[in-house]
Amino acid sequence: MAIGYYFAVSALLFSIGLVGVMVRRNAIVLFMCIELMLNAVNLTLAAAARMWGGPDGQVFVFFVIVVAAAEVVVGLALIVNLYFRRGTIDVDVPQLLRY
Amino acid sequence: MAPIVLAVEGANVVNDVVETSTGAVGAAWLIPVIPLLGFVLVLSLNRRLGHQASLVAIAASGISFLLSLAVAAQVLADPATYLRPLPTWIAVGGLEVGFDLFIDQLTVVMLLVVTGVGFLIHLYSVGYMHGDERYARFFAYLNLFLASMLILVLGSNLLTLFLGWELVGLSSYLLIGFWFEKMENAVAAKKAFITNRVGDVSFMIAMFLAFATFESLDFLVLIEAAPDLGATTAFVLVLLLLGGAAAKSAQIPLYVWLPDAMAGPTPVSALIHAATMVTAGVYLTVRLSPILVQSVGAMTIIAWIGAFTALLAALIAVRQDDIKKILAYSTVSQLGFMFIAVGTGAFREGIFHLVTHAFFKGLLFLAAGSVMHAMNNQTDAWKMGGLRKAMPITFWTSGIGWLAISGIPPFAGFFSKDQILTEAYLHGYGGVYVVGLIAAILTAFYMSRWFFLIFLGEPRFGDEVHPHESPRSMTTPLIVLGVLSAIGGLALNPVHRGPLFNFLEPSVASVAELGYEPAGPLTEAVLIPIAIVAALLGIGLAYLAYVRRDLSLGRMSEPIKGPVAELAERKFFVDELYEAIFVRAGGGLATAVTWFDSRVIDGVVNGSGAGSMATARVARRLQNGLVRGYVAWLLVGALAIVGVLLVQVVR
Repeated sequence: MAIGYYFAVSALLFSIGLVGVMVRRNAIVLFMCIELMLNAVNLTLAAAARMWGGPDGQVFVFFVIVVAAAEVVVGLALIVNLYFRRGTIDVDVPQLLRY
Repeated sequence: MAPIVLAVEGANVVNDVVETSTGAVGAAWLIPVIPLLGFVLVLSLNRRLGHQASLVAIAASGISFLLSLAVAAQVLADPATYLRPLPTWIAVGGLEVGFDLFIDQLTVVMLLVVTGVGFLIHLYSVGYMHGDERYARFFAYLNLFLASMLILVLGSNLLTLFLGWELVGLSSYLLIGFWFEKMENAVAAKKAFITNRVGDVSFMIAMFLAFATFESLDFLVLIEAAPDLGATTAFVLVLLLLGGAAAKSAQIPLYVWLPDAMAGPTPVSALIHAATMVTAGVYLTVRLSPILVQSVGAMTIIAWIGAFTALLAALIAVRQDDIKKILAYSTVSQLGFMFIAVGTGAFREGIFHLVTHAFFKGLLFLAAGSVMHAMNNQTDAWKMGGLRKAMPITFWTSGIGWLAISGIPPFAGFFSKDQILTEAYLHGYGGVYVVGLIAAILTAFYMSRWFFLIFLGEPRFGDEVHPHESPRSMTTPLIVLGVLSAIGGLALNPVHRGPLFNFLEPSVASVAELGYEPAGPLTEAVLIPIAIVAALLGIGLAYLAYVRRDLSLGRMSEPIKGPVAELAERKFFVDELYEAIFVRAGGGLATAVTWFDSRVIDGVVNGSGAGSMATARVARRLQNGLVRGYVAWLLVGALAIVGVLLVQVVR
């Protein structure tokens, strides 16, 4: 199968994630959208690695997954704390650092 | 070491240079160190010593005097230029400056004057300062002054001399402002210090030039290399040195500080502002006479500056009423005579006058102090009169001082002043001679006025004042200085080119090669009677004006009237002129600089601050607190990077 299809799917996934981050206010959904974008990149990397026949891309994917896992841990903890303190997970509500 | 050959070949007497660390010369380093120790000791035990402080200070100055005598004996017995090696002070690059002492005939004369007169004035201060609340401190300062002056005299290079030069300036500042509670005294102290700084700048530039030219500041090197100086360098160097000397020795245009310096206690006026410190400039020029003789043009300028100073100060002195101010202007005038001597190549006559002047001017100042002591610190000559009977010792000693400064033989001042004027004439400076002669007449006149107003006539003070003779500690120095003023000239140099003249020969430059021609047909046999007649003329006029008249109206009966007298009384508005030129202009410049600083320099700093605040006021709108907004900016950034990459790839 041509590499273009993989890239197309990947681009689509990335765009969905990006739009999600931009338009949604729920922190959990935001989070999921970020995961979506990360995985879109993972897909690109894996496909390209397969195409070139080298291991680099796949190794890189593992790194991304590890970092994403760590990020989830921190992110979810933040969201839980946010909920405890503010009683909401709407990202537009906490605006303490506003000018 | 090789003998010093001074300036011009054919100088018939030359000094061998002897480097020694033994004998009296070997111990000469103690001469300045002991008063310095005295200063430290008295100042640190200020309260505890109380009135015993004077004992320490007097002992210190006395030991210095005795050591100076020992050094003098050695130099007399074995004439040479002695170098006493001492540790190095500064060694950087090609500059090496040591504390070494340079002792020759000139140094010896200065040493004896400074420590001798200094010792007497220490003694006198015991009576004069008795009961002063800062008694100990006064003696500490006197010792500091003595030490500084001795460093100045003994230093073997320009920088050590400059060290002493600055230290005497400091001591002078401290002592003029000794009674600093009175604003006037504090102002006078500052004026003296600042005026001296002006000259110091000139002196420092002279040092830089000397180092650039000779690559050394040692007198030995300077003296030996002087004949190789270029004409322009010599001219500039001498003028720069003159600038320094003119400030310290109160010459036009920098004399203004000295009359004001009379604000200090009278022993200070006598010690610093008459006998020793103000002669530092003369000492400097004579010490560097081998450089001076390289530029006859610059020497002529020195002679004329001296002549005008002598005349101007004498004119002012004629109409002053403060007995110390009269003496102050007289000092300026007499220093003018010394500069005439230096400028006309009569270096040794200049030093001779320096010595006799130290005697009689020290005496006159101490006498003035004694009079003030008796008159409850009254200094207005018009409120005195008839003190002859109340103060016989002061009267007789001042009488000697008066005759000495007026130039009546056989008193000391006659010989020295007459020799200077004669030499000026014989060296072809006819104009200088005439101006000097007029100044000499005026000198005799104003000093007679001073003497007559204080001691003769009827008392012009009220019953509340009871004049009395001063205590013995004050009259003893008066008597000693009186004897010296009476016989000093006769003993030292009774004839032109006498013993002192020959003694000093190896330490000053020879002027034989300068080709001086007499200014006219007159010979010494004619010039001496002229000088005596001039002195008698001045005294006679003053006698007619101030003794043969009724002076009971006080100042109202001043017989010298007219516009010139008025100008003289106002000191020719020189202070006002300086005020207008330097103080105002300096103030204007300072205001302009302040404006530039506060508007332009601070403007840049404050402007950059205000600018960033204004930028921030706009830019902080970006910080809206919406996470999604930040993400949008992230996207914009990413798109920009992608855009740039795309453009590059397409190309």
